[in-house]
Amino acid sequence: MSETFFELRDVSRYFRSKPSLTQRIVTALGRTGPPPALRAVDDVTLRIRAGEVVGLVGESGCGKSTLARVATGILPPSAGEVFYKGRPVTELTGKDRLNYLLKVQMVFQDPYASLNPRMKVGQLVGEALRVHKLVPKNEVGERTRGVLKEVGLDLGYMDRYPHQFSGGQRQRIGIARALAVEPDFLVCDEPVSALDVSIQAQVINLFMDVRERRGLTYLFVSHDLGVVRHISDRVAIMYLGRIVEIGTAAELFAKPAHPYSQALIRAIPSAVTRRRRAFTPLKGELPSALSPPPGCAFHPRCEHAMPICREVRPPLVQISPDRSAACHLHSTSESV
Amino acid sequence: MTADIETFAKTAEANTPLRMQVLRNIRNRPTASGAAIAIAILVLLALLAPVITPQNPYDLASLSVMDNRLAPGETGMTGITYWLGTDAQGRDMLSAILYGLRTSLLVGLTATAGALAIGSVAGLLAAHFGGAVDALLMRIVDFMLGFPSILVALILLSSIGRGVDKVVVAIMLVQWAQYARLMRAAALVERRKEYIEAALNFGLPTRHILLFHLLPNSIGSVLVVASISVASAITLEATLSFLGVGVPVTQPSLGLLIANGFEFLLSGQYWIAVFPGIALVLLVMSLNLLGDRLRRSFNVRGP
Repeated sequence: MSETFFELRDVSRYFRSKPSLTQRIVTALGRTGPPPALRAVDDVTLRIRAGEVVGLVGESGCGKSTLARVATGILPPSAGEVFYKGRPVTELTGKDRLNYLLKVQMVFQDPYASLNPRMKVGQLVGEALRVHKLVPKNEVGERTRGVLKEVGLDLGYMDRYPHQFSGGQRQRIGIARALAVEPDFLVCDEPVSALDVSIQAQVINLFMDVRERRGLTYLFVSHDLGVVRHISDRVAIMYLGRIVEIGTAAELFAKPAHPYSQALIRAIPSAVTRRRRAFTPLKGELPSALSPPPGCAFHPRCEHAMPICREVRPPLVQISPDRSAACHLHSTSESV
Repeated sequence: MTADIETFAKTAEANTPLRMQVLRNIRNRPTASGAAIAIAILVLLALLAPVITPQNPYDLASLSVMDNRLAPGETGMTGITYWLGTDAQGRDMLSAILYGLRTSLLVGLTATAGALAIGSVAGLLAAHFGGAVDALLMRIVDFMLGFPSILVALILLSSIGRGVDKVVVAIMLVQWAQYARLMRAAALVERRKEYIEAALNFGLPTRHILLFHLLPNSIGSVLVVASISVASAITLEATLSFLGVGVPVTQPSLGLLIANGFEFLLSGQYWIAVFPGIALVLLVMSLNLLGDRLRRSFNVRGP
């Protein structure tokens, strides 16, 4: 039982813009190289243990959603390998591949775009069951009603269309759809960021209830640090396609090691602190993933930037038993 | 308070099914509702033609050449009163027009349905598979749309001959390309939505995703454009028949009737050409008016 439940090993995902005709001609003539690839996810390694909740945090555009899609098999990785229960998923075919796709389910960010507007709720939730014949035909309805009840939706809604629901209800439908195929790993791509704050809490509680009942494992992608701290066992911080720090939630939030994590955690608004904090917001913007800065991608915005940061990209190294960070502040002692 | 009422009204609007909204939109417009009624009447007349016409214009035995070119309202040798006159073969114009309407509608609707089917499939495949499939299909579409449709249809028909089925094929071939282009554009937008990713995540077969997810969500605008294109298919058929490459003489459509009466126009026997002409104008104009209203209701931009 030593196999890792789920692992991303050196996974990268590039997006290449399609060259225009003129660009292709120029390339063919040998004037320039091919257009640069956008490195949405760059060499990420992440191990997830069964039953654990891993929070994945980062700014908009840092590659969180792409990573989630690579994990669920919606996007193939450009490099690296995804392992599910110890087996590389690219080698899976037929039934095994379908099993991986179904066991690793995704809950999407936008509850308005993630449900087919032309399908009734009952059809939508039971679709995979019907198409893949996962349960006998006469039990599809029963299973569908079961998961709808589990996420707290009235069974009278089965014959309604998605547009007749509120955002929170739609997100519950999305969760029910994922649960219908009995997954053991849920990848949640900012599942509450499109919802009202009052609804967010309800949906997060639903996630936690479901987890307890079904013993699920979560990869919870979010940019809301409060939510992530509340629900995660471990937290990974992403910056420009790379994981810059990963550790247990309690430890990481108490004493962030990477300057970027420090800046993020300093920025959490607090309702209880009375004393004035010295708050220095991060300067500048996320650099373009088309041409990331050399060395450490964070160095242009880092207050601790040293000469080495501009030249050498710091590897993710272990700094304490359950914590790793990618920063020269923590790696210099060993690497030199 | 007023804000509450406004939001309430908006929610009510959003919750009314689109179908009802469109129906209301048509009913509130006199031109659109008039056109809808006109189409209903014309279709009904065409369907009931064998029952209500005094004469079967295709049955040459029932025609009397002695009754040729009678003016509207005259009574012929057979005792029938020809309310719209007769043509050179002694054919009752009213009967001929109603039967012609049948042919015109049949050709227009089947050709549009066929073109819609071919175009939708082509557009869907191009959007979903992209790359070489997309490039190939869209270059064919560009090529097809580069020629004037009347020219392509003329060349086609003069090589394969006349006949209702052949005209349908010719019109299908010149019209599928516009649907393909529209369908591709709509499907490209839909394909990026998360519900398609969800379908991929469930490992659903490509055929299933295309048919049950992409198609129903992309076809709206294409259907609306098709409703306008029925009129242009009918016009195209009329033009081809007028030019003598369309339907056979034994099964005249409105266009062929106009062609038959054309030579008598200057000799004062206007009814042989003018009445089928009026019927054609009425049909095409009603289809256009209704189609245009549908297009506006669904907020679709034209091809």
